[in-house]
Amino acid sequence: MNNNENQTKADFVELGFMDARYKLIDVAAFLDRTQRAGQADDYRVRELKKAITCLDADNPERAKQVLLSLSDPSEEPIAIAPGKGAAGAWEGSASS
Amino acid sequence: MVSRTTDDYVKLVQAGCEAVCEPAFWAGFDRSSAKGFFDYFSQLTKYEPARAAKFGLPHYCWICLNPKESEDIKLAEDVLEIIPDFLDSPTCLGVGEIGLNKNSKNELEILERHIEIAAGRDELILVHTPHLEDKLKGTKLIVDAILNQPSIRPERVIIDHVEEHTISIPRDKGFWVGMTLYPESKCTPQRAADMLEVHGTERIWMNSACDWGISNPLAVPEAAFELKRRGETREMIDKVLYRNPRAFLSQCPKFKL
Repeated sequence: MNNNENQTKADFVELGFMDARYKLIDVAAFLDRTQRAGQADDYRVRELKKAITCLDADNPERAKQVLLSLSDPSEEPIAIAPGKGAAGAWEGSASS
Repeated sequence: MVSRTTDDYVKLVQAGCEAVCEPAFWAGFDRSSAKGFFDYFSQLTKYEPARAAKFGLPHYCWICLNPKESEDIKLAEDVLEIIPDFLDSPTCLGVGEIGLNKNSKNELEILERHIEIAAGRDELILVHTPHLEDKLKGTKLIVDAILNQPSIRPERVIIDHVEEHTISIPRDKGFWVGMTLYPESKCTPQRAADMLEVHGTERIWMNSACDWGISNPLAVPEAAFELKRRGETREMIDKVLYRNPRAFLSQCPKFKL
C-alpha cells in the first residue's frame, strides 16, 4: 500500500538537496583521503565503491540495493561469533 | 533507560511520551555471571519503574539474555533459568529483545530456547535483528526460527531494527516491524518516513534508541516532525506514533494506557 496518494507532496528537493549534496561530497572526500593514504584496497572501501554503483539505477530502490550490496549474502549460521561488532561491509567467506 | 540520566525521563514527558518500554540489552561489556543478570533484571523491573513514576511516566520492560551475550552457552543457560521469575513481574511485557548478533550457531540455539520459553507462557516477543552487514541474513534466520514454533502467532511478535532491505521479510509473514531511530549509522527519521511512504502504516512502529551509545531519546518526536513537514496527516502520524504501539502492546494484559 502506498501511503502518499492523498497527501500534498512536499518539495523534497528544496528540503533535502543541500543535505544530500554535502553527504555526497563527504563520500568523495573520504575516497580521495583513503586513496592518498594508500588504504583504497581495504575491503570496506572496495565494497563502498561497489555499492555506489547502485545509485545509478533507474528504479526508486537505491537505498535497498545499497544495503543489499553491503550485506552478507550467505544463509547458514557461522560456527562461532568472531566478536560482537559489525564492520558495515561483508568481507566475504574468509570472515565466516 | 538504565544507561540514561533522569533528565531524559523529563524530556520524554515534556515531549508528550505516554509510556516507556525498555528491552533487556547488552551493557557494553559482558556480565561475568548470572548474578549480574539478576541485578540487571531487578533494575529493569523494580528501580526503573519507580524512577520513571516520579514523572508520571509508566515504565514497562522486556526480559531476556541479549544475543550479544549468548555465545557462552553455560552462562546463557544459567540466565535462562532465572528469566521466568522476572517475566512474572507486573511491568514485564514479554521476552525481548531476543534475536541474533553475528548469526552464530550458539546464538541461534539460545534464540530457540527463548522462543520455547515465550511459547510455553504465551508471551509477546520483541526481536533484535543484527546490525549492518549481518542484518539481512540474521533477519531471515530469525523469521524462520520463530515460524518453526507453530504455537507462536506472528501478530504477537515484533521484529525490530528493520531497514529498507529487510522490512518486507517479516511483514510479508504477518509479523509487526519496528524501525529503531539513531542519529547516525542506522535508520534516521528521514529514512523511517520514506519507509512509511513506501510500505504504509499497518503493523509498524518507530522507537528511539536510548542506550549507552550515541542515541537520542527524542528521535521519535523528530520523526513526527519529519512526517508533518512532508505533509502527512495528523491521523497518520497518530497511528504510527501512538495507536500502533498501543495496539501491539495491549495484547499483553499488563499493558495499560
